[in-house]
Amino acid sequence: MSIDLKSRYLGLELANPVVASASPLTGSVDSLKRLEDAGVGAVVLPSLFEEQIEHEEMAAHNLMLYGAELSPEARGFFPEMQPHDSGAARYLKLIADARKALSVPVIASLNGYTPGGWTRIAKQFEEAGAHAIELNVYFLAADPADTGAAVEQRYVDLVASVRAATRVPVAVKVAPYFSAMASMAVRLVQAGASGLVLFNRFVQPDIMLEELEVAPHLVLSTSDELRLALRWIAILHGRVEASLAATGGAHTADDVIKVLLAGADCVMVASSLLMKGPQHVDTLVRGVEAWMREREYESVAQMKGSLSQRSCPDPDAFERSNYMKALKSYASEFA
Amino acid sequence: MRLYRPFDTAAFVAALPQTVRAIAVLDRTKEPGAIGEPLYQDIVTALAEAWPESAPMPRVIGGRYGLSSKEYTPAMAKAALDELAGPKPKRHFTVGIVDDVTHLSLAVDDAFDTEPPGVTRAVFYGLGADGTVGATKNTVKIIGENTPLHAQGYFVYDSKKSGAITVSHLRFGPKPIESSYLIRRADFIACHQFEFMEKLDVLALARPGATFLLNSPYGPDVVWAKLPREAQQQILDKRLRFFVVDALAVAKEAGLAGRINTVTQACFFAISGVLPRDEAIAEIKQAIRKTYGKRGETVLARNFAAVDASLAAMAEVKVPGRADSTFTRRPIVPKAAPDFVQRVTAMMLDGKGDLLPVSAMPVDGTFPTGTTQWEKRSIAQEIPIWDETICTQCAICPLVCPHAAIRMTAFRPEEMQRAPATFKAVPYSRKETPSLAGMMYSLQVAPEDCTGCGICVDVCPSRSKTEVKHKAINMAPKLEHLEAERANYEFFLSLPEVRPALDTIDGLRGSQFRMPLFEYSGACSGCGETPYIKLISQLYGDRMVVANATGCSSIYGGNLPTTPYSQNAAGQGPAWANSLFEDNAEFGLGMRLAIDAQNDLAKILVRELRGAIGEALADALLDAKQDSDEEVAAQRERVKALKTVLGKLGTPEAKRLAAVADSLVVRSVWIVGGDGWAYDIGYGGLDHVLASGRNVNILVLDTEVYSNTGGQASKATQRGAVAKFAAAGKSIGKKDLGMIAMAYGNVYVAQVAMGANPVQTVRTFQEAASWPGPSLIIAYSHCIAHGIDMTTGMSHQRDAVKSGYLTLYHYDPRLGMGGADQPLKLDSRKPTIPLEQFTMKEGRYAMLAQADPARAKELSKAAQADADARWQLYEQIAGVHRVVAEPSTKKGEPPAAGAPSEEVK
Repeated sequence: MSIDLKSRYLGLELANPVVASASPLTGSVDSLKRLEDAGVGAVVLPSLFEEQIEHEEMAAHNLMLYGAELSPEARGFFPEMQPHDSGAARYLKLIADARKALSVPVIASLNGYTPGGWTRIAKQFEEAGAHAIELNVYFLAADPADTGAAVEQRYVDLVASVRAATRVPVAVKVAPYFSAMASMAVRLVQAGASGLVLFNRFVQPDIMLEELEVAPHLVLSTSDELRLALRWIAILHGRVEASLAATGGAHTADDVIKVLLAGADCVMVASSLLMKGPQHVDTLVRGVEAWMREREYESVAQMKGSLSQRSCPDPDAFERSNYMKALKSYASEFA
Repeated sequence: MRLYRPFDTAAFVAALPQTVRAIAVLDRTKEPGAIGEPLYQDIVTALAEAWPESAPMPRVIGGRYGLSSKEYTPAMAKAALDELAGPKPKRHFTVGIVDDVTHLSLAVDDAFDTEPPGVTRAVFYGLGADGTVGATKNTVKIIGENTPLHAQGYFVYDSKKSGAITVSHLRFGPKPIESSYLIRRADFIACHQFEFMEKLDVLALARPGATFLLNSPYGPDVVWAKLPREAQQQILDKRLRFFVVDALAVAKEAGLAGRINTVTQACFFAISGVLPRDEAIAEIKQAIRKTYGKRGETVLARNFAAVDASLAAMAEVKVPGRADSTFTRRPIVPKAAPDFVQRVTAMMLDGKGDLLPVSAMPVDGTFPTGTTQWEKRSIAQEIPIWDETICTQCAICPLVCPHAAIRMTAFRPEEMQRAPATFKAVPYSRKETPSLAGMMYSLQVAPEDCTGCGICVDVCPSRSKTEVKHKAINMAPKLEHLEAERANYEFFLSLPEVRPALDTIDGLRGSQFRMPLFEYSGACSGCGETPYIKLISQLYGDRMVVANATGCSSIYGGNLPTTPYSQNAAGQGPAWANSLFEDNAEFGLGMRLAIDAQNDLAKILVRELRGAIGEALADALLDAKQDSDEEVAAQRERVKALKTVLGKLGTPEAKRLAAVADSLVVRSVWIVGGDGWAYDIGYGGLDHVLASGRNVNILVLDTEVYSNTGGQASKATQRGAVAKFAAAGKSIGKKDLGMIAMAYGNVYVAQVAMGANPVQTVRTFQEAASWPGPSLIIAYSHCIAHGIDMTTGMSHQRDAVKSGYLTLYHYDPRLGMGGADQPLKLDSRKPTIPLEQFTMKEGRYAMLAQADPARAKELSKAAQADADARWQLYEQIAGVHRVVAEPSTKKGEPPAAGAPSEEVK
């Protein structure tokens, strides 16, 4: 029996639901090729940051102005850069090169937090050949004057602003820190998101005891973390008119299978590839296939969402907290 | 005259009508000792050879004009013609200066003005860093290219590298502009920095009824009271229209930090009406696109936003009826300044140096030192404030301060009785200096001399236990501390200098107790070069002689109007002179030879007069050691005693000896310059001096580019760095100057980076000075041309060494003499971080990674290989046994009595 691993994500056909998430591995054509050779369903390029677009230009500009016209002998201290190759320009080249080299869909990623002029770059992503755009939003509401409602509106406006700039599908990658995740998911889709990528993991600060300094510290994910995405994908499956992608903690074939059952259209992997190399994609795909074969599933489409909140025998399970569950099992012993 | 050589005698004579009776020839040159200047002589000769005999020979007089960028105005031309027409014209004259010594200068009628009507004249006062010059250049282009008007721009800069003032002179009018001199009566004055109002007479050039635009943090309703009384009076007397704009706020709002140029430019166009407003705005934007087009949409968008917001932010001030300000302009120099500074320096500081008469100039051209202390430029926004409770008294901050604006001292506790209430001091706590036990310790900022670079705070190793960002020194707003710290600093300077012996401690702290005799220079804020020069001045300033190559160090080291080289309480301090780029090493060697010749002569005469002087004094004068401060001081006392004796003797020999007696005190000769001098243009001479065996110390301030002229690549530029003439990243590695010098064997060589190892820096300076032959110190200096935040310059030096970008070492021939030890010692550890971790933090390397990542990667790889190979080579040489033969220092042994040395003959 041949098993159909195909899946649809953002309207794109994927040969299988394993997608290489934004990471250093997707940053060069060489390693992108290796991912494709290992059988990846699609690739998400590393994020181009809002800062890279505006601040990098300004930084280069300010460097040229540094000490300029200090004396008639020194009009400036650096030769004019020729031709100026900003982070954005390099990124556009990466998109174009990836499209040329790969046959799997190429998703470009944009990271920012302010609706504004910089989102015009989405148009250039499209022109460079991106099949879709993943908008990676992170706004840390550290200002006590920022209300939840205002922050949510900011997300919505940002999505709308990118949506307006391009015709290709836009997926939105968000963190789980919303008071009302389901409502937020719906609003993001209404604002123009064709897909939701759940959930973003962030670099968290750490304190260096030797230097007494605060430094960002990236920790790779573990399988345990995937269950947060699992819950929300199961809840949102069938309730929002958008593709769903699970991200953050998919390390094994079992992880992939679980989120597919919960309702994900694809599974984003990064940490496991960084640890085990691009060939790990093959291990994941084969593992999923083997499990399906054993259980006699015919296609990913068939199993997708079969254990979502709507379809599972105990829908409440997705809404219970661990404490309640523990209490119940404890009580059942004596029932 | 259009063609000077070959001189066409026939054409020249033919051009003159035979009725010409008198000719005034003006030369823009001065040939000391010649009969006349070159053109004058040519004219006289041409007439003598070719003037027709039928006509009477015209009278020819010659004048000099316009030297040293002196103005040449129509009034001066008129003065020359008037002189020519007079009954007894001076055969030789000058015009444009007031020569009250030879009385050969011509009187000039200042009121004479030939500027045609219809010309608009505008003058803009700005800072080097605020973009005023760039914007006015664009203004000239806009007017010249888009209107039927003719336009002219001229830009005057001062010689400071921090807080430099620029004055842009701009004319435009319907006819070609031929006024090749600065504007004297302006229709429009713009002052782009509010603090200039207190420093400069910016309205002096305004004609009656002119327009004045002031960049002001104060709005139109409150600004009047913030102006000094003189400015108010001028606005009233000249009935000026007065506009204000908060350009800084507009620029900040647009995301342009401190670049106010586009804002003030838009305001200029709006007020002057030279173009219709909308057209002007469109043209400014076009000019911005042309200038910054390559730099990306963000840069353009932000500049456009600033232009658009400018006009709304500008407002006309309703000028009140009277000048009621409670304050006046600050005096140019404080009342306590000496006579010369009051009479001469202050005039130059006020921009009126051209008005000084010849008699004001020192006769031999020697300018007094120690004059930067009277400038009080007060350019810092924030200054460091000491927290004595957590300070460990490590002495790093005064060491690294580029402007000698943070200092430490120790003093007797009883001095505290006369200290201002805010003066801070704690008991001296370091155990290494027993001579200072029981004394108080203080660290003090010079609030008006500090440029606010923050390097001292960056290097401070002491942190608060309860708030880690709080250090033993912290930047704080100057205005909150100015008054108190000014008084504190005055008290600090009144404390007697302590000079603990350098060998009792590690040298670092000992050096920093010593008074810097190089202070408050005009170098860039955060300069990496000046701390090294200051250190020499602390160690040897009282007997230091400097030959300075042209470059940054000659600009901040001795450019008029002020001199940072200073004097101690006894009036001793460095003597300094600047030569050319290409001959500075020889220039310094010449100083050494002259000093040695005088010393030889003095010793011969001391021997000859031994009986008359007294044997004990004579022998001590000849034989006393002069290695330490104390020994030098003792010799000075002996010379003083000698002069007393010689004065009484009064014989011709005694007078001869008295004239050279001071040369019996040692001199420390330092040859100073940058890498452009030492690695490139002056290298031949440098090598010659290294080979001379003479006792000179060469300090190379290595910024790895020609800094003074704007960052051109030198042979010191490392592989992969972007510089002018290496725009694609330099493809070959740095010349190893130290290794070349080491090849001689008898040259003391050190490579230092103060930010990486300050103790090694201080130690090698002492070793170089004490080595009686040639010494070469290559001092790595961070620079504005590196594209770094200058506050962190010393941290960059540390990382440079950590990454193997730079290896610290010293090669001491003494260690190789007798073969007991190896002369080369490595003073830095094996690199612990990859080279890129250092280089990518500097704009000069990072910009290539952005512009051409593939090439950057390739060069970076090669540079890493350079660094690895360099370390390996040094490590091996440091392990090799090298015997240095007895060095052939020509000096050292005194010549035998009655047998003058070769040089004296």
